[in-house]
Amino acid sequence: MSMMLSAMDWWQMFGHFLSLSLMAVGGAIATAPDMHRYLVEQQHWLTQGQFSASMALAQAAPGPNLLFIPLMGWNVGINSAGGAASGMAAWPWGLLGVVTSMVGMLLPSTTLTLAAARWGHQNRERLGVRAFKAGMAPIVVGLLGATGWILSHAQDRADNNWPLWLLTLAVTLWVWRTRIHLLWLLAAGALLGWFGLV
Amino acid sequence: MRPTSKSDLFWSFSWLALQGFGGVLAVVQRELVEKKQWLTREEFVEDWAVAQILPGPNVVNLSLMLGDRYYGTAGALLAMAGMLFFPLLIVLAMVLLYSGVADQPQIQGALRGMGSVTAGLITATGIKLLAALKNNPLGQRLSWLFVALSFVAIGLLRIPLLWVLLGLGGLSCTLAYRALRKVQAHGADTGAQT
Repeated sequence: MSMMLSAMDWWQMFGHFLSLSLMAVGGAIATAPDMHRYLVEQQHWLTQGQFSASMALAQAAPGPNLLFIPLMGWNVGINSAGGAASGMAAWPWGLLGVVTSMVGMLLPSTTLTLAAARWGHQNRERLGVRAFKAGMAPIVVGLLGATGWILSHAQDRADNNWPLWLLTLAVTLWVWRTRIHLLWLLAAGALLGWFGLV
Repeated sequence: MRPTSKSDLFWSFSWLALQGFGGVLAVVQRELVEKKQWLTREEFVEDWAVAQILPGPNVVNLSLMLGDRYYGTAGALLAMAGMLFFPLLIVLAMVLLYSGVADQPQIQGALRGMGSVTAGLITATGIKLLAALKNNPLGQRLSWLFVALSFVAIGLLRIPLLWVLLGLGGLSCTLAYRALRKVQAHGADTGAQT
């Protein structure tokens, strides 16, 4: 895929990421539907395949799941420089896409977080601040359980795949009761999947 | 305990991020609470609650908050950089290699296996953090009830997170406020008598 992006388009994309930043309540993944609407459907800067591949790769890579954002920026940059066929000549544009999307996405939210966290820390003895933290604690613990539950369902072929369920259950018990290094478990999961056992 | 230096902070967060396949939170809990003991389980849950409710990627928010506490703005930026830098390099390398191997059934299988391990890691983290609610001013029974309600609302009913945080979270915070005010008023009373 190949198209032209003017300087104005780059600013527009930056502005879009800036505006999404403060909407990312509950994690960056919450902004994915709107990115799809903007980048794929409205501007045609990204293909459907590139969008899906960016989501899948970011899940497979180590690190926070927000990495799908710089990947989309990368693809937009590469597309603007003639697509993958241009080879390394397109890489600087890809990097421009990475920087545009990451800085746009992180600048507003990091500024707000730092300000809010400092205020909260300075006022940590206030009744309101203590009540907020105490009140939110059970909600976020429940949210963790729900996230685990949703992840175990989101899998491809999860419904009839009892070995996959068994693996999740075994890992839950193992991590809860022992101090085994988490990387061993991930490696084991990858191997079981590689050989088609789950 | 706390990081020994700014570079310790950066490398600790880099190492955390590189272990986090499909989400870093379980690793943060294991490394920073259980191994390094930079924070207690209770502090972790509280910070996590704040990181979760503020806009922006939640593990990035958490890194900023912790880095800021130890070394100010420089610490916040270093912790965030640690969380993002190496994973970003890896994911860019992957995108360059991916096109050739994406459709291989082995790769799909490995991703599926790692996905279900991640689901287990996160669930176990939730179970372990239940213990952090023991001294919650809401009392154990009420805080467990809120855990269950939040699980049902998000996991089973799939209500958007924002509404759960505002609705259920608002109710829970209000009850916590009343409980804390009662304790404070009681404390003031006994203080006046002595």
